[in-house]
Amino acid sequence: MANELSGREGFGQALLELGKENKRVVALCADLAESVKVHHFAEQYPERYFQIGIAEQDMIGTAAGMALSDLVPFATTYAVFAAQRANEQIRLAVCYNQANVKIAVSHAGLTVGEDGATHQALEDIASMRAMPNMTVIVPADAEEAYHATKASAEMYGPVYLRLGRTPVPVITNGSEEFKIGKARKLRNGKDATIIACGIMVEQALIASEKLEMEGISVSVINMHTIKPIDKEIVIEEAKRTGCIVTAEEHSVIGGLGGAVSEVLSENYPVPIIKVGTKDTFGESGPPNELLEKYKLTSKDIVEATKKSMTMKKEVVFEK
Amino acid sequence: MKSHSEMKEIATRLKRDIIQLTSANTGHPGGAIGAAEIVAELYFNRLKHDPSNPFWEDRDRFILSNGHICTVLYSAMARSGYFEVEELKTFRKVNSRLQGHPSRHDLPGIETASGPLGQGLSIANGIALSNKLRNNNSKVYCLVGDGELQEGQIWEAAMTSAHYQLDNLVLIINWNDIQIDGHVKDVMNIEPIADKFKSFGWNTIEIDGHNISEIQSALDTFEINNGSPTAIIARTVLGNGVSYMEHEAIWHGKAPSSEEAKQALEEIGTSTFESDLIY
Repeated sequence: MANELSGREGFGQALLELGKENKRVVALCADLAESVKVHHFAEQYPERYFQIGIAEQDMIGTAAGMALSDLVPFATTYAVFAAQRANEQIRLAVCYNQANVKIAVSHAGLTVGEDGATHQALEDIASMRAMPNMTVIVPADAEEAYHATKASAEMYGPVYLRLGRTPVPVITNGSEEFKIGKARKLRNGKDATIIACGIMVEQALIASEKLEMEGISVSVINMHTIKPIDKEIVIEEAKRTGCIVTAEEHSVIGGLGGAVSEVLSENYPVPIIKVGTKDTFGESGPPNELLEKYKLTSKDIVEATKKSMTMKKEVVFEK
Repeated sequence: MKSHSEMKEIATRLKRDIIQLTSANTGHPGGAIGAAEIVAELYFNRLKHDPSNPFWEDRDRFILSNGHICTVLYSAMARSGYFEVEELKTFRKVNSRLQGHPSRHDLPGIETASGPLGQGLSIANGIALSNKLRNNNSKVYCLVGDGELQEGQIWEAAMTSAHYQLDNLVLIINWNDIQIDGHVKDVMNIEPIADKFKSFGWNTIEIDGHNISEIQSALDTFEINNGSPTAIIARTVLGNGVSYMEHEAIWHGKAPSSEEAKQALEEIGTSTFESDLIY
């Protein structure tokens, strides 16, 4: 496997380059500069870096004011402190105002690890996705986080960029164009389709290899943009393979699985099995052990895939 | 600069509009009436703005944080030329640009949406920081209610304003001691306001918020930059000039009946500045 890097590392590198490329780019932080990898930018462009202290609600409002005054602010903190603590500030000052704020958050999901449930955002995609005008991006690795950061700065409007803490293998191909809202198909199959985001894309690829050994051929889709979701590819895959598995490091309520279900229930209903946390908080522990305990591994995706294929056979739609 | 008597006429016009708008369409008359002199001074004497070009880059910004008193803002905007006075009648109706609480993307000239309390000062800080970064010497005026100071975000933002020495920003506190559930001091005391802001590193000025001269001299003082943000604590009377409204919490968010509106208009008096809305 390629070298391991966390999503936040890719973000930090891209932000540093954006500092040079675009003088309107500024960064805000709430006392977590090194943790969210904004310190590279802070050292290089101190006049465009704003430490707000431990005050996330104020940080989001300040970023909104800057955006309404022609800057391109990246507001950075952990996922729980942005999407959840500053939720209403994001709703009013950023989304309702259509302010060009980029909310880049680290420490999303169970792989926060030992810090435990308080710091493991598992509901943030659901709440961010529900907000009008918001774009939600969950990169699969550091390479994709890098391109997602650059693409976020290029588009106008609010973006929620969800990054992980723990280093993971780089699996995406940097030479392939990254386009917000356009999923990447990593593997073509005929029996089922696995749609994943974030670190679960790697698990989906591993699952597809295991399934192949058992004679099951699956598609793997990297759905890096949860909103606006790539409806076309979701419907196309449902028509082609007839059953879907979603995989995300997030609750099964309202995240990627919810988004895919919404698209298919209104366009082409097929069985959908969701791999994600099951309406529960996380806990402390090493990231890999947590992924196992909460059933977020390639093995769980394999089981879900088989279940979806069984359901496909059982379900008869009356026309 | 307009004379004091002209400003009084304008403030009276805004108050008459507020009564007519809320009476016909629901809304929050009390606090809006109490802020009429302050908003009149800003829109008709103070702000560097161009109603025909609301996105002018070098404009001063007015951030209304306590968005529920937006009738005073809508009236000031219409009467200063942002849109036709007739459009005021659409307030709170379907398809209107004049939402029950201000909406930035609907109505050019509204600098930010507001209503959920406590957010305006953070947004004002962001604009003030942006102005400093871009060497733009425009000013930022932010109006908050006194009950709003109970929101924690206000104090987060108050630290930020002082930390970044935002002397291009003034916070005007509409101190009427009324919030929905009663007197501010009974619901959750926020006094001493001036001492709190002083200890946070702010300049503070206390004024009678209905006295045009005091409003003007406070804003003049602010314009002399000194490295600190300024808080103007403006003592006002909720529903000022309407006998049955003054100091009464119920008039925070209650619309006057047509009889009550008639009495209010009589008590507020007539204005020589432009003509009444005709319903």
